[in-house]
Amino acid sequence: MKPYYSKKAIQRFTNPKHFGNMKKPDAIGEVGNIRCGDIMKIYLKVDDKKGKKIIKDISFQTLGCAAAVATSDVICDLAKGKAFEDALRIDYKKVTDELGYLPAIKIHCAQLAQQGLKAAIEDYESPNRSKLRGIFSEKRLSDKKNNQ
Amino acid sequence: MKKETTYLDYAATTPLDPRVLKVMLPFLKLDYGNPSSVHSVGQKAAEAVEKSRERLASFLNCSKEEIVFTGSATEANNLAIFGLVKKIQTLGFKSHIITSEIEHHAVIEPFKILEKQGIEVTYLSVDSEGRISFSDIEKAMKENTVLVSIMYANNEIGTIQPIKQIGELIKNNKKKLPSTDYQIPFFHTDAVQAVNYLDCDVNKLGVDLFTLSGHKIYGPKGVGALYIRKGTPMSPIIYGGGQESGLRSGTENVAGIVGLGEAVNQIKKQKSRLRQCHSTLRVSDHSIQRISDSMNSMSFGGRAKNKKIQRLRDKLIAGILKTIPGAKLNGSAKDRLPNNANFSFKGAEGEAMVIALDQKGIAVSTGSACSSKSLEPSHVLMALGLSEEEAHTSLRVTLGRGTKEQDIIKILKELPSIVKKLREISGSI
Repeated sequence: MKPYYSKKAIQRFTNPKHFGNMKKPDAIGEVGNIRCGDIMKIYLKVDDKKGKKIIKDISFQTLGCAAAVATSDVICDLAKGKAFEDALRIDYKKVTDELGYLPAIKIHCAQLAQQGLKAAIEDYESPNRSKLRGIFSEKRLSDKKNNQ
Repeated sequence: MKKETTYLDYAATTPLDPRVLKVMLPFLKLDYGNPSSVHSVGQKAAEAVEKSRERLASFLNCSKEEIVFTGSATEANNLAIFGLVKKIQTLGFKSHIITSEIEHHAVIEPFKILEKQGIEVTYLSVDSEGRISFSDIEKAMKENTVLVSIMYANNEIGTIQPIKQIGELIKNNKKKLPSTDYQIPFFHTDAVQAVNYLDCDVNKLGVDLFTLSGHKIYGPKGVGALYIRKGTPMSPIIYGGGQESGLRSGTENVAGIVGLGEAVNQIKKQKSRLRQCHSTLRVSDHSIQRISDSMNSMSFGGRAKNKKIQRLRDKLIAGILKTIPGAKLNGSAKDRLPNNANFSFKGAEGEAMVIALDQKGIAVSTGSACSSKSLEPSHVLMALGLSEEEAHTSLRVTLGRGTKEQDIIKILKELPSIVKKLREISGSI
Protein backbone atom coordinates (compact mmCIF):
# COMPACT_ATOMS: atom_id res chain seq x y z
CA MET A 1 0.00 0.00 0.00
CA LYS A 2 1.18 3.48 -0.85
CA PRO A 3 1.44 5.95 2.01
CA TYR A 4 -1.41 8.46 2.27
CA TYR A 5 0.84 11.22 0.91
CA SER A 6 3.75 10.67 -1.48
CA LYS A 7 7.24 11.60 -0.37
CA LYS A 8 7.24 14.39 -2.93
CA ALA A 9 4.00 15.81 -1.55
CA ILE A 10 5.41 15.77 1.96
CA GLN A 11 8.62 17.45 0.79
CA ARG A 12 6.69 20.15 -1.03
CA PHE A 13 4.48 20.70 1.98
CA THR A 14 7.28 20.88 4.53
CA ASN A 15 9.57 22.99 2.33
CA PRO A 16 7.52 25.08 -0.06
CA LYS A 17 9.63 27.50 -2.11
CA HIS A 18 7.09 29.99 -3.35
CA PHE A 19 4.98 30.97 -0.37
CA GLY A 20 4.66 34.51 0.80
CA ASN A 21 3.07 37.82 0.22
CA MET A 22 4.31 39.73 -2.85
CA LYS A 23 5.04 43.44 -2.73
CA LYS A 24 3.06 45.29 -5.38
CA PRO A 25 1.82 42.28 -7.35
CA ASP A 26 0.48 42.85 -10.85
CA ALA A 27 -2.38 40.44 -10.24
CA ILE A 28 -3.95 38.33 -7.52
CA GLY A 29 -6.12 35.24 -7.83
CA GLU A 30 -8.11 34.04 -4.85
CA VAL A 31 -9.99 30.74 -4.84
CA GLY A 32 -11.43 28.21 -2.41
CA ASN A 33 -13.65 28.66 0.59
CA ILE A 34 -13.28 28.19 4.30
CA ARG A 35 -16.12 25.69 4.53
CA CYS A 36 -13.95 23.14 2.70
CA GLY A 37 -10.95 24.37 4.64
CA ASP A 38 -8.87 25.68 1.74
CA ILE A 39 -8.25 29.29 0.74
CA MET A 40 -5.57 29.89 -1.88
CA LYS A 41 -4.13 33.18 -3.14
CA ILE A 42 -1.80 33.37 -6.13
CA TYR A 43 0.24 36.56 -6.72
CA LEU A 44 1.78 37.42 -10.09
CA LYS A 45 4.42 39.78 -11.39
CA VAL A 46 3.97 40.06 -15.14
CA ASP A 47 6.42 41.01 -17.85
CA ASP A 48 4.14 42.61 -20.43
CA LYS A 49 6.04 43.34 -23.65
CA LYS A 50 4.54 43.76 -27.07
CA GLY A 51 1.38 41.96 -26.05
CA LYS A 52 3.35 38.95 -24.78
CA LYS A 53 2.62 38.44 -21.12
CA ILE A 54 5.10 36.39 -19.19
CA ILE A 55 4.87 35.37 -15.53
CA LYS A 56 8.05 36.86 -14.18
CA ASP A 57 7.40 36.02 -10.59
CA ILE A 58 4.73 34.08 -8.72
CA SER A 59 3.96 33.30 -5.10
CA PHE A 60 1.13 31.90 -3.02
CA GLN A 61 -0.55 32.16 0.34
CA THR A 62 -2.65 29.15 1.27
CA LEU A 63 -4.68 28.29 4.33
CA GLY A 64 -5.30 24.62 3.81
CA CYS A 65 -4.23 21.04 4.22
CA ALA A 66 -0.84 19.62 3.32
CA ALA A 67 -2.06 18.83 -0.21
CA ALA A 68 -3.32 22.37 -0.73
CA VAL A 69 0.07 23.79 0.27
CA ALA A 70 1.97 21.28 -1.89
CA THR A 71 -0.18 21.87 -4.99
CA SER A 72 0.09 25.66 -4.52
CA ASP A 73 3.85 25.36 -4.53
CA VAL A 74 3.86 23.08 -7.58
CA ILE A 75 1.61 25.36 -9.63
CA CYS A 76 3.98 28.26 -8.90
CA ASP A 77 6.92 26.16 -10.07
CA LEU A 78 5.14 25.14 -13.25
CA ALA A 79 3.90 28.62 -14.12
CA LYS A 80 7.02 30.64 -13.40
CA GLY A 81 8.58 32.03 -16.59
CA LYS A 82 5.69 30.91 -18.74
CA ALA A 83 3.64 33.02 -21.10
CA PHE A 84 -0.02 33.36 -20.10
CA GLU A 85 -1.28 31.07 -22.88
CA ASP A 86 1.13 28.33 -21.79
CA ALA A 87 0.39 28.83 -18.11
CA LEU A 88 -3.32 28.45 -18.77
CA ARG A 89 -2.62 25.09 -20.37
CA ILE A 90 -1.22 23.67 -17.12
CA ASP A 91 -3.66 20.96 -16.16
CA TYR A 92 -4.32 19.86 -12.59
CA LYS A 93 -3.18 16.38 -13.62
CA LYS A 94 0.23 17.86 -14.35
CA VAL A 95 0.26 19.18 -10.77
CA THR A 96 -0.68 15.75 -9.41
CA ASP A 97 1.99 14.09 -11.56
CA GLU A 98 4.62 16.40 -10.13
CA LEU A 99 3.73 15.06 -6.68
CA GLY A 100 3.70 11.44 -7.81
CA TYR A 101 0.11 11.02 -6.69
CA LEU A 102 -2.49 12.50 -4.39
CA PRO A 103 -5.12 10.69 -2.33
CA ALA A 104 -8.44 10.69 -4.23
CA ILE A 105 -10.04 13.04 -1.73
CA LYS A 106 -7.24 15.59 -2.27
CA ILE A 107 -7.39 15.77 -6.09
CA HIS A 108 -9.56 18.86 -5.65
CA CYS A 109 -6.51 20.63 -4.18
CA ALA A 110 -4.69 20.25 -7.51
CA GLN A 111 -7.82 21.57 -9.25
CA LEU A 112 -7.89 24.47 -6.82
CA ALA A 113 -4.27 25.31 -7.70
CA GLN A 114 -5.11 25.30 -11.40
CA GLN A 115 -8.11 27.55 -10.72
CA GLY A 116 -5.98 29.85 -8.56
CA LEU A 117 -3.50 30.43 -11.36
CA LYS A 118 -6.32 30.99 -13.83
CA ALA A 119 -7.98 33.46 -11.47
CA ALA A 120 -4.73 35.41 -11.14
CA ILE A 121 -4.31 35.59 -14.92
CA GLU A 122 -7.92 36.63 -15.30
CA ASP A 123 -7.37 39.30 -12.70
CA TYR A 124 -4.49 40.65 -14.76
CA GLU A 125 -6.62 40.69 -17.89
CA SER A 126 -9.60 42.24 -16.13
CA PRO A 127 -10.25 45.94 -16.67
CA ASN A 128 -10.89 46.26 -12.94
CA ARG A 129 -7.56 44.73 -12.09
CA SER A 130 -5.92 47.67 -10.38
CA LYS A 131 -9.09 48.40 -8.45
CA LEU A 132 -9.39 44.81 -7.23
CA ARG A 133 -5.75 44.71 -6.27
CA GLY A 134 -6.26 47.87 -4.29
CA ILE A 135 -9.02 46.23 -2.30
CA PHE A 136 -6.90 43.19 -1.59
CA SER A 137 -3.91 45.10 -0.37
CA GLU A 138 -6.01 47.51 1.68
CA LYS A 139 -7.83 44.58 3.23
CA ARG A 140 -4.57 42.90 4.07
CA LEU A 141 -3.25 46.06 5.64
CA SER A 142 -6.37 46.49 7.73
CA ASP A 143 -6.27 42.81 8.70
CA LYS A 144 -2.72 43.30 9.86
CA LYS A 145 -3.65 46.34 11.86
CA ASN A 146 -6.51 44.46 13.48
CA ASN A 147 -4.20 41.67 14.46
CA GLN A 148 -1.74 43.98 16.13
CA MET B 1 5.38 2.25 13.50
CA LYS B 2 8.74 3.85 14.25
CA LYS B 3 9.91 3.11 17.73
CA GLU B 4 10.41 6.73 18.67
CA THR B 5 6.88 7.79 17.70
CA THR B 6 5.23 9.98 20.30
CA TYR B 7 1.69 8.68 20.29
CA LEU B 8 -0.85 11.25 21.47
CA ASP B 9 -3.97 9.93 19.79
CA TYR B 10 -5.41 7.61 22.44
CA ALA B 11 -8.97 8.69 21.62
CA ALA B 12 -8.51 7.18 18.14
CA THR B 13 -7.24 3.90 19.51
CA THR B 14 -5.06 2.51 22.27
CA PRO B 15 -2.23 -0.01 22.13
CA LEU B 16 -3.06 -3.54 23.24
CA ASP B 17 -2.20 -4.17 26.89
CA PRO B 18 0.35 -7.05 26.97
CA ARG B 19 -1.73 -8.72 29.72
CA VAL B 20 -4.71 -8.64 27.38
CA LEU B 21 -2.69 -10.10 24.53
CA LYS B 22 -1.48 -12.87 26.81
CA VAL B 23 -4.98 -14.12 27.60
CA MET B 24 -6.05 -13.77 23.96
CA LEU B 25 -3.24 -15.77 22.42
CA PRO B 26 -4.43 -19.28 23.37
CA PHE B 27 -7.70 -18.59 21.55
CA LEU B 28 -5.85 -17.59 18.40
CA LYS B 29 -3.61 -20.66 18.53
CA LEU B 30 -4.74 -23.79 20.40
CA ASP B 31 -8.28 -23.21 21.58
CA TYR B 32 -9.83 -22.49 18.21
CA GLY B 33 -13.20 -24.07 18.92
CA ASN B 34 -16.55 -22.64 17.88
CA PRO B 35 -18.53 -21.79 21.04
CA SER B 36 -21.67 -23.20 19.43
CA SER B 37 -20.11 -26.69 19.09
CA VAL B 38 -21.18 -29.13 21.78
CA HIS B 39 -17.89 -31.03 21.87
CA SER B 40 -15.23 -30.16 24.38
CA VAL B 41 -13.15 -28.12 21.89
CA GLY B 42 -16.13 -25.87 21.32
CA GLN B 43 -17.14 -25.79 24.96
CA LYS B 44 -13.74 -24.51 25.97
CA ALA B 45 -14.32 -21.49 23.74
CA ALA B 46 -17.89 -21.11 25.04
CA GLU B 47 -16.60 -21.13 28.60
CA ALA B 48 -14.11 -18.35 27.77
CA VAL B 49 -16.84 -16.22 26.19
CA GLU B 50 -19.03 -16.67 29.28
CA LYS B 51 -16.17 -15.81 31.63
CA SER B 52 -15.62 -12.62 29.69
CA ARG B 53 -19.35 -11.86 29.86
CA GLU B 54 -19.17 -12.23 33.65
CA ARG B 55 -16.27 -9.82 33.78
CA LEU B 56 -18.21 -7.21 31.84
CA ALA B 57 -21.25 -7.78 34.04
CA SER B 58 -19.15 -7.28 37.15
CA PHE B 59 -17.58 -4.13 35.67
CA LEU B 60 -20.96 -2.64 34.75
CA ASN B 61 -22.75 -3.97 37.83
CA CYS B 62 -25.35 -5.88 35.84
CA SER B 63 -26.16 -9.52 35.18
CA LYS B 64 -24.36 -11.41 32.47
CA GLU B 65 -27.55 -12.04 30.53
CA GLU B 66 -27.66 -8.32 29.89
CA ILE B 67 -24.42 -8.24 27.87
CA VAL B 68 -24.32 -8.71 24.09
CA PHE B 69 -20.96 -8.90 22.34
CA THR B 70 -20.74 -7.19 18.97
CA GLY B 71 -18.14 -6.64 16.27
CA SER B 72 -17.52 -3.03 17.28
CA ALA B 73 -18.94 -0.18 19.33
CA THR B 74 -20.41 1.18 16.11
CA GLU B 75 -22.35 -2.05 15.77
CA ALA B 76 -23.40 -1.87 19.41
CA ASN B 77 -24.74 1.67 18.86
CA ASN B 78 -26.55 0.54 15.71
CA LEU B 79 -28.08 -2.38 17.60
CA ALA B 80 -29.18 -0.14 20.47
CA ILE B 81 -30.86 2.39 18.19
CA PHE B 82 -32.22 0.34 15.28
CA GLY B 83 -32.93 -2.70 17.44
CA LEU B 84 -35.02 -0.79 19.97
CA VAL B 85 -36.93 1.31 17.44
CA LYS B 86 -37.57 -1.74 15.25
CA LYS B 87 -39.00 -3.71 18.16
CA ILE B 88 -41.29 -0.87 19.15
CA GLN B 89 -42.38 -0.38 15.53
CA THR B 90 -43.57 -3.99 15.48
CA LEU B 91 -45.97 -3.02 18.25
CA GLY B 92 -47.48 -0.48 15.86
CA PHE B 93 -46.26 2.51 17.85
CA LYS B 94 -45.11 5.75 16.20
CA SER B 95 -41.79 6.62 17.80
CA HIS B 96 -39.97 9.82 18.60
CA ILE B 97 -36.26 9.63 19.44
CA ILE B 98 -33.81 12.14 20.91
CA THR B 99 -30.06 12.54 20.61
CA SER B 100 -27.53 15.38 20.64
CA GLU B 101 -25.77 17.27 17.87
CA ILE B 102 -22.34 16.19 19.09
CA GLU B 103 -22.74 12.41 19.06
CA HIS B 104 -20.26 10.17 17.30
CA HIS B 105 -21.15 9.28 13.72
CA ALA B 106 -22.04 5.80 14.92
CA VAL B 107 -25.06 7.34 16.66
CA ILE B 108 -25.82 10.33 14.42
CA GLU B 109 -25.96 8.28 11.21
CA PRO B 110 -28.45 5.70 12.51
CA PHE B 111 -30.61 8.61 13.71
CA LYS B 112 -30.45 10.21 10.27
CA ILE B 113 -31.43 6.93 8.61
CA LEU B 114 -34.40 6.54 10.93
CA GLU B 115 -35.35 10.16 10.29
CA LYS B 116 -35.39 9.43 6.56
CA GLN B 117 -37.62 6.45 7.28
CA GLY B 118 -40.15 8.74 8.88
CA ILE B 119 -39.26 8.46 12.56
CA GLU B 120 -39.54 11.74 14.42
CA VAL B 121 -36.09 12.87 15.62
CA THR B 122 -34.85 15.66 17.90
CA TYR B 123 -31.19 16.69 17.88
CA LEU B 124 -30.37 18.57 21.08
CA SER B 125 -28.00 21.49 20.76
CA VAL B 126 -25.15 22.06 23.20
CA ASP B 127 -23.65 25.13 24.84
CA SER B 128 -20.25 26.57 23.88
CA GLU B 129 -18.50 23.97 26.04
CA GLY B 130 -20.42 21.03 24.61
CA ARG B 131 -22.89 20.49 27.44
CA ILE B 132 -26.51 19.51 26.98
CA SER B 133 -29.02 21.30 29.17
CA PHE B 134 -31.46 19.37 31.34
CA SER B 135 -34.29 21.69 30.43
CA ASP B 136 -33.69 21.03 26.72
CA ILE B 137 -34.00 17.31 27.34
CA GLU B 138 -37.10 17.82 29.42
CA LYS B 139 -38.64 20.05 26.76
CA ALA B 140 -37.78 17.62 23.98
CA MET B 141 -39.46 14.61 25.62
CA LYS B 142 -42.88 13.83 24.26
CA GLU B 143 -45.64 11.30 24.85
CA ASN B 144 -44.15 9.04 22.18
CA THR B 145 -40.44 9.45 22.99
CA VAL B 146 -39.06 5.93 23.12
CA LEU B 147 -35.32 6.56 23.13
CA VAL B 148 -32.87 9.18 24.40
CA SER B 149 -29.28 8.60 23.31
CA ILE B 150 -26.64 10.84 24.87
CA MET B 151 -22.92 10.11 24.80
CA TYR B 152 -21.08 9.83 28.13
CA ALA B 153 -17.99 11.75 26.97
CA ASN B 154 -17.27 13.31 23.62
CA ASN B 155 -14.54 11.85 21.42
CA GLU B 156 -13.35 15.18 20.02
CA ILE B 157 -13.54 17.66 22.88
CA GLY B 158 -13.84 15.27 25.84
CA THR B 159 -16.86 17.01 27.33
CA ILE B 160 -18.51 14.81 29.95
CA GLN B 161 -22.30 14.76 30.10
CA PRO B 162 -23.99 14.35 33.49
CA ILE B 163 -25.35 10.92 32.56
CA LYS B 164 -26.43 10.07 36.11
CA GLN B 165 -28.55 13.23 36.39
CA ILE B 166 -29.95 12.76 32.89
CA GLY B 167 -30.76 9.18 33.89
CA GLU B 168 -32.73 10.45 36.89
CA LEU B 169 -34.53 13.01 34.78
CA ILE B 170 -35.57 10.36 32.28
CA LYS B 171 -36.57 7.97 35.04
CA ASN B 172 -38.85 10.63 36.53
CA ASN B 173 -40.48 11.15 33.14
CA LYS B 174 -41.01 7.50 32.26
CA LYS B 175 -44.47 6.40 31.36
CA LYS B 176 -46.08 3.19 30.26
CA LEU B 177 -46.11 2.41 26.57
CA PRO B 178 -49.78 1.70 25.87
CA SER B 179 -50.78 -1.99 25.99
CA THR B 180 -47.26 -3.11 26.98
CA ASP B 181 -45.18 -3.37 30.13
CA TYR B 182 -42.52 -1.07 28.68
CA GLN B 183 -41.70 2.14 30.48
CA ILE B 184 -40.61 4.74 27.92
CA PRO B 185 -38.32 6.49 27.08
CA PHE B 186 -35.31 4.17 27.25
CA PHE B 187 -31.93 5.73 27.86
CA HIS B 188 -28.83 4.84 25.85
CA THR B 189 -25.31 6.12 26.34
CA ASP B 190 -22.34 5.67 24.03
CA ALA B 191 -19.64 5.34 26.68
CA VAL B 192 -16.77 4.41 24.39
CA GLN B 193 -14.51 7.30 25.45
CA ALA B 194 -15.59 7.24 29.10
CA VAL B 195 -14.88 3.67 30.15
CA ASN B 196 -11.21 4.29 31.03
CA TYR B 197 -11.97 7.22 33.28
CA LEU B 198 -15.54 7.42 34.55
CA ASP B 199 -17.94 5.43 36.70
CA CYS B 200 -19.54 2.68 34.62
CA ASP B 201 -22.09 1.33 37.08
CA VAL B 202 -25.18 1.12 34.88
CA ASN B 203 -27.50 1.20 37.89
CA LYS B 204 -25.93 4.28 39.39
CA LEU B 205 -26.08 5.90 35.96
CA GLY B 206 -29.64 4.82 35.37
CA VAL B 207 -29.06 3.80 31.77
CA ASP B 208 -30.90 1.07 29.87
CA LEU B 209 -28.36 0.69 27.09
CA PHE B 210 -24.61 1.23 27.35
CA THR B 211 -22.05 0.89 24.55
CA LEU B 212 -18.40 0.06 25.00
CA SER B 213 -15.48 -0.70 22.71
CA GLY B 214 -12.45 -2.98 23.02
CA HIS B 215 -9.79 -0.94 21.30
CA LYS B 216 -10.32 2.29 23.22
CA ILE B 217 -9.51 0.57 26.50
CA TYR B 218 -6.25 -1.19 25.62
CA GLY B 219 -8.15 -4.19 24.27
CA PRO B 220 -8.37 -5.53 20.72
CA LYS B 221 -10.07 -3.99 17.71
CA GLY B 222 -13.07 -5.76 16.17
CA VAL B 223 -15.01 -6.23 19.38
CA GLY B 224 -17.52 -4.17 21.30
CA ALA B 225 -20.41 -4.79 23.63
CA LEU B 226 -23.86 -3.50 24.39
CA TYR B 227 -25.44 -3.64 27.82
CA ILE B 228 -29.21 -4.12 27.45
CA ARG B 229 -31.16 -3.75 30.69
CA LYS B 230 -33.54 -6.62 31.28
CA GLY B 231 -36.96 -5.72 29.96
CA THR B 232 -35.71 -3.38 27.23
CA PRO B 233 -37.37 -4.08 23.88
CA MET B 234 -34.80 -5.21 21.34
CA SER B 235 -34.82 -6.75 17.88
CA PRO B 236 -31.69 -8.08 16.20
CA ILE B 237 -30.24 -6.22 13.24
CA ILE B 238 -28.08 -9.16 12.10
CA TYR B 239 -29.70 -12.51 11.47
CA GLY B 240 -28.26 -15.99 11.27
CA GLY B 241 -27.37 -18.71 13.73
CA GLY B 242 -28.88 -16.94 16.72
CA GLN B 243 -25.77 -16.39 18.80
CA GLU B 244 -25.81 -13.87 21.67
CA SER B 245 -29.38 -14.79 22.66
CA GLY B 246 -30.46 -14.21 19.10
CA LEU B 247 -29.46 -10.55 19.21
CA ARG B 248 -26.21 -10.84 17.33
CA SER B 249 -25.82 -13.77 15.00
CA GLY B 250 -22.38 -14.74 13.75
CA THR B 251 -19.72 -16.97 15.27
CA GLU B 252 -18.25 -15.18 18.26
CA ASN B 253 -14.89 -13.43 17.98
CA VAL B 254 -13.63 -15.56 20.86
CA ALA B 255 -10.13 -14.08 21.20
CA GLY B 256 -11.54 -10.56 20.87
CA ILE B 257 -14.23 -11.17 23.46
CA VAL B 258 -11.67 -12.68 25.84
CA GLY B 259 -9.49 -9.62 25.25
CA LEU B 260 -12.34 -7.21 25.95
CA GLY B 261 -13.07 -9.07 29.20
CA GLU B 262 -9.47 -8.78 30.31
CA ALA B 263 -9.30 -5.12 29.33
CA VAL B 264 -12.26 -4.22 31.57
CA ASN B 265 -10.86 -6.49 34.26
CA GLN B 266 -7.65 -4.44 34.26
CA ILE B 267 -9.56 -1.19 34.53
CA LYS B 268 -11.61 -2.62 37.40
CA LYS B 269 -8.52 -3.88 39.20
CA GLN B 270 -6.83 -0.53 38.86
CA LYS B 271 -9.89 1.29 40.14
CA SER B 272 -10.28 -0.90 43.22
CA ARG B 273 -6.54 -0.86 43.96
CA LEU B 274 -6.57 2.90 43.95
CA ARG B 275 -9.77 3.02 45.92
CA GLN B 276 -8.04 1.06 48.66
CA CYS B 277 -4.99 3.25 48.49
CA HIS B 278 -7.18 6.34 48.52
CA SER B 279 -9.11 5.25 51.58
CA THR B 280 -5.91 4.93 53.60
CA LEU B 281 -5.21 8.59 52.94
CA ARG B 282 -6.81 10.91 55.42
CA VAL B 283 -8.48 13.60 53.43
CA SER B 284 -7.77 16.33 55.93
CA ASP B 285 -6.18 18.79 53.60
CA HIS B 286 -8.64 21.34 52.41
CA SER B 287 -7.06 21.55 48.97
CA ILE B 288 -7.40 17.82 48.37
CA GLN B 289 -11.05 18.15 49.22
CA ARG B 290 -11.36 20.96 46.71
CA ILE B 291 -9.72 18.93 43.98
CA SER B 292 -12.03 16.06 44.75
CA ASP B 293 -15.05 18.33 44.60
CA SER B 294 -14.06 19.77 41.28
CA MET B 295 -13.80 16.32 39.81
CA ASN B 296 -16.98 14.93 41.23
CA SER B 297 -18.16 13.59 37.91
CA MET B 298 -15.44 10.97 37.97
CA SER B 299 -15.54 7.71 39.79
CA PHE B 300 -13.75 7.56 43.10
CA GLY B 301 -10.95 5.27 41.99
CA GLY B 302 -10.79 6.95 38.63
CA ARG B 303 -9.82 10.23 40.22
CA ALA B 304 -6.54 8.99 41.55
CA LYS B 305 -5.85 6.75 38.61
CA ASN B 306 -6.07 9.56 36.16
CA LYS B 307 -4.12 12.07 38.16
CA LYS B 308 -0.93 11.58 36.21
CA ILE B 309 -2.66 11.77 32.83
CA GLN B 310 -4.55 14.85 33.94
CA ARG B 311 -1.43 16.54 35.26
CA LEU B 312 0.34 15.99 31.93
CA ARG B 313 -2.71 17.12 29.98
CA ASP B 314 -2.94 20.30 32.08
CA LYS B 315 0.73 20.96 31.48
CA LEU B 316 0.10 20.56 27.74
CA ILE B 317 -2.85 22.96 27.73
CA ALA B 318 -1.03 25.58 29.82
CA GLY B 319 2.07 25.26 27.64
CA ILE B 320 0.21 25.57 24.35
CA LEU B 321 -1.89 28.53 25.44
CA LYS B 322 1.23 30.26 26.72
CA THR B 323 3.57 29.67 23.77
CA ILE B 324 1.25 29.87 20.76
CA PRO B 325 -0.33 33.27 20.16
CA GLY B 326 -4.05 33.11 19.46
CA ALA B 327 -4.35 29.48 20.59
CA LYS B 328 -7.80 28.62 21.90
CA LEU B 329 -8.94 25.63 23.95
CA ASN B 330 -12.14 24.04 22.64
CA GLY B 331 -14.59 22.37 24.97
CA SER B 332 -14.95 22.63 28.72
CA ALA B 333 -12.24 23.39 31.25
CA LYS B 334 -14.08 21.52 34.00
CA ASP B 335 -16.40 18.84 32.60
CA ARG B 336 -13.72 17.17 30.54
CA LEU B 337 -12.07 13.78 30.23
CA PRO B 338 -8.65 13.97 31.91
CA ASN B 339 -6.83 12.82 28.77
CA ASN B 340 -8.32 15.20 26.19
CA ALA B 341 -7.13 18.51 24.79
CA ASN B 342 -8.55 20.21 21.71
CA PHE B 343 -7.27 23.51 20.33
CA SER B 344 -7.89 25.90 17.47
CA PHE B 345 -5.01 27.85 15.95
CA LYS B 346 -6.31 30.50 13.56
CA GLY B 347 -4.38 30.48 10.30
CA ALA B 348 -3.01 26.94 10.61
CA GLU B 349 -5.14 24.19 9.10
CA GLY B 350 -5.70 21.04 11.17
CA GLU B 351 -4.65 18.35 8.72
CA ALA B 352 -1.54 20.34 7.80
CA MET B 353 -0.56 20.43 11.50
CA VAL B 354 -1.14 16.67 11.79
CA ILE B 355 1.09 15.96 8.78
CA ALA B 356 3.78 18.35 9.97
CA LEU B 357 3.78 16.82 13.47
CA ASP B 358 3.89 13.36 11.94
CA GLN B 359 7.11 14.38 10.20
CA LYS B 360 8.48 15.07 13.66
CA GLY B 361 7.36 11.68 14.92
CA ILE B 362 4.29 12.90 16.81
CA ALA B 363 0.89 11.28 16.17
CA VAL B 364 -2.17 13.44 16.89
CA SER B 365 -5.35 14.10 14.96
CA THR B 366 -7.85 16.67 13.86
CA GLY B 367 -11.43 16.34 15.03
CA SER B 368 -11.70 12.58 14.97
CA ALA B 369 -9.88 9.80 13.21
CA CYS B 370 -12.99 8.67 11.35
CA SER B 371 -13.80 12.08 9.94
CA SER B 372 -10.24 13.15 9.16
CA LYS B 373 -10.74 12.22 5.52
CA SER B 374 -13.87 14.30 5.20
CA LEU B 375 -13.76 17.88 3.96
CA GLU B 376 -16.61 19.03 6.15
CA PRO B 377 -15.66 20.89 9.31
CA SER B 378 -16.21 18.88 12.49
CA HIS B 379 -19.91 18.74 13.38
CA VAL B 380 -18.94 18.77 17.05
CA LEU B 381 -16.93 21.99 16.86
CA MET B 382 -19.59 23.62 14.69
CA ALA B 383 -22.21 22.66 17.30
CA LEU B 384 -20.18 24.56 19.94
CA GLY B 385 -20.65 27.66 17.78
CA LEU B 386 -17.13 27.82 16.40
CA SER B 387 -16.59 29.48 13.01
CA GLU B 388 -15.73 27.29 10.04
CA GLU B 389 -12.18 28.59 10.17
CA GLU B 390 -11.86 27.73 13.86
CA ALA B 391 -13.24 24.25 13.17
CA HIS B 392 -10.80 23.68 10.30
CA THR B 393 -7.84 24.86 12.34
CA SER B 394 -8.38 22.47 15.22
CA LEU B 395 -6.11 19.84 16.67
CA ARG B 396 -6.95 17.04 19.09
CA VAL B 397 -4.30 15.71 21.44
CA THR B 398 -5.31 12.74 23.59
CA LEU B 399 -3.15 11.13 26.24
CA GLY B 400 -3.13 7.64 27.68
CA ARG B 401 -1.42 5.12 29.93
CA GLY B 402 1.80 5.26 27.93
CA THR B 403 2.13 9.03 27.91
CA LYS B 404 5.27 10.36 29.56
CA GLU B 405 6.45 13.80 30.54
CA GLN B 406 8.87 13.68 27.57
CA ASP B 407 5.99 13.30 25.11
CA ILE B 408 4.44 16.51 26.35
CA ILE B 409 7.78 18.30 26.31
CA LYS B 410 8.31 17.13 22.74
CA ILE B 411 4.98 18.37 21.38
CA LEU B 412 5.39 21.65 23.28
CA LYS B 413 8.74 22.04 21.58
CA GLU B 414 7.60 21.19 18.03
CA LEU B 415 4.09 22.59 17.70
CA PRO B 416 4.78 26.35 18.11
CA SER B 417 7.16 26.49 15.14
CA ILE B 418 4.81 24.38 13.01
CA VAL B 419 1.90 26.73 13.70
CA LYS B 420 4.15 29.73 13.02
CA LYS B 421 5.30 28.34 9.67
CA LEU B 422 1.78 27.40 8.58
CA ARG B 423 0.60 30.88 9.51
CA GLU B 424 3.38 32.31 7.35
CA ILE B 425 2.29 30.08 4.48
CA SER B 426 -1.34 31.12 4.87
CA GLY B 427 -0.41 34.76 5.26
CA SER B 428 -2.25 35.14 8.51
CA ILE B 429 0.51 36.23 10.82
